[in-house]
Amino acid sequence: MTSFTDSAAMALNLIFSLDSNLMAIVARSLWVSAWASVIACALGLVLGAALGVSRFAGRNALLALLNTFLAVPSVVVGLVVYLLLSRTGPLGFLGWLFSFKAMVLAQAFLVLPVVTALTRQVVEDAEGLHGEQLQSLGARSLLRSVLLAWDERYALLTVMLAAFGRAVSEVGAVMIVGGNIDGFTRVMTTAIALETSKGDLPLALGLGLVLLLVVLLLNMLVAAVRHWREHEEGASGAMPQLGVSV
Amino acid sequence: MSASSAPVNHVFVLKQAAVRFGLGARALHALSDVSLQIARGERVAFIGANGCGKSTLLRLMHGLLPPSGGHMHRDQSLRHAMVFQRPYLMRTSVQNNVALGLWLRGQAWAESKRLAVDALHSVGLADHALRAARKLSGGQQQRVALARAWAMQPRVLLLDEPTSSLDPHAKREVEALIQQIAARDPDMTLVFASHNLGQVKRLATRVVYLEQGRVLADLPVHEFFVSDGLAQRYPQAHLFVKGELV
Repeated sequence: MTSFTDSAAMALNLIFSLDSNLMAIVARSLWVSAWASVIACALGLVLGAALGVSRFAGRNALLALLNTFLAVPSVVVGLVVYLLLSRTGPLGFLGWLFSFKAMVLAQAFLVLPVVTALTRQVVEDAEGLHGEQLQSLGARSLLRSVLLAWDERYALLTVMLAAFGRAVSEVGAVMIVGGNIDGFTRVMTTAIALETSKGDLPLALGLGLVLLLVVLLLNMLVAAVRHWREHEEGASGAMPQLGVSV
Repeated sequence: MSASSAPVNHVFVLKQAAVRFGLGARALHALSDVSLQIARGERVAFIGANGCGKSTLLRLMHGLLPPSGGHMHRDQSLRHAMVFQRPYLMRTSVQNNVALGLWLRGQAWAESKRLAVDALHSVGLADHALRAARKLSGGQQQRVALARAWAMQPRVLLLDEPTSSLDPHAKREVEALIQQIAARDPDMTLVFASHNLGQVKRLATRVVYLEQGRVLADLPVHEFFVSDGLAQRYPQAHLFVKGELV
């Protein structure tokens, strides 16, 4: 217990003194996850919205596959991206392995199914409720997907926050493709794993606290968006009950 | 849907039209063997118990559903608009919601917004143009939906129980508005579904009674409500009218 309280005190000291090593790791983590979320959202929102209104042969099989990807462990994603980026892989010529870009790519791969599946669900629910009326106004399926996604923007904002939360809290993928190189590809989760194994508990605990704080802020943002939307819009549409977990 | 030879004066021609949901033994036959002709300028009311096929028939006529059997022709050269029982208004201003319908029909956005204000004047909601559409009362929302239809200057207006979810005051307001729209263009074809027989008497010139997806009676309004022959010729329709008037 003493070691825990000592470690916690030292961790708080590192946080409040804005320790440069800790801050660099935190900033790198946030950047990697922010870029990954932007890329995954740019693709996932479009794909999910299109899937939400389109009907084609094999759609159910595609949705089953998409839902399966939701449960893929991050280490498996890391392994696949590693194979893609390794010198003999199809993207080996990029020379991205063990770099910031590799970590962004891995997290984007990890988060893309989350954004796509949740967007698809939100837009499909809206299509079921309102698609016919938009169709009667003359909106064809592609335009309908855009209009419905725009109309469900607060629900999709929650999806984006959840995606960021998933990205920032994963460890397996960035560990494999980033290599956890000090000052270069070390992020919060990989640093926590490393420092714990080395016995440097204050830094690990400090990073853990910051990570928790980030996730707490995200959850507060999600709740604030939901509350604001209910207050402002008198909303009755679908709003997924999402949260962010570590 | 057939674009076959229909008399020039007819806006809709249905020949043994059927709509079926699902396949095989578990299929739901929403409409069966519906033959109907509606001429330009007619005011037709569809009445019948819940689930008799009124809304399905309107959706078929508006092109939102394909016929599963038979033929359905509608005059594509005329502008059609439909107002639903619970109008879908997007999470944006009243003005934008009205402008959306025009924009989807190919009007420039700036012009659509200008015309939307004119339409809102017509329904007495110009003062609410910049308010969030979903914050309006049910009656006001239905008036916005009518303004959206009005702005399109339709020659054929389909209304699916436009007042059934409103309180008596809002019902009167919306009905007066429908009368106003109909009076503006005596050549406009009005087809509506309603449970309100008083409203049917006031708005329609012809009544079509449906039961279990079939047209059982199709009469001018004065014959439907006044003629003693209804009981002999169409006993089910007579019973329905008696039941509704009790």
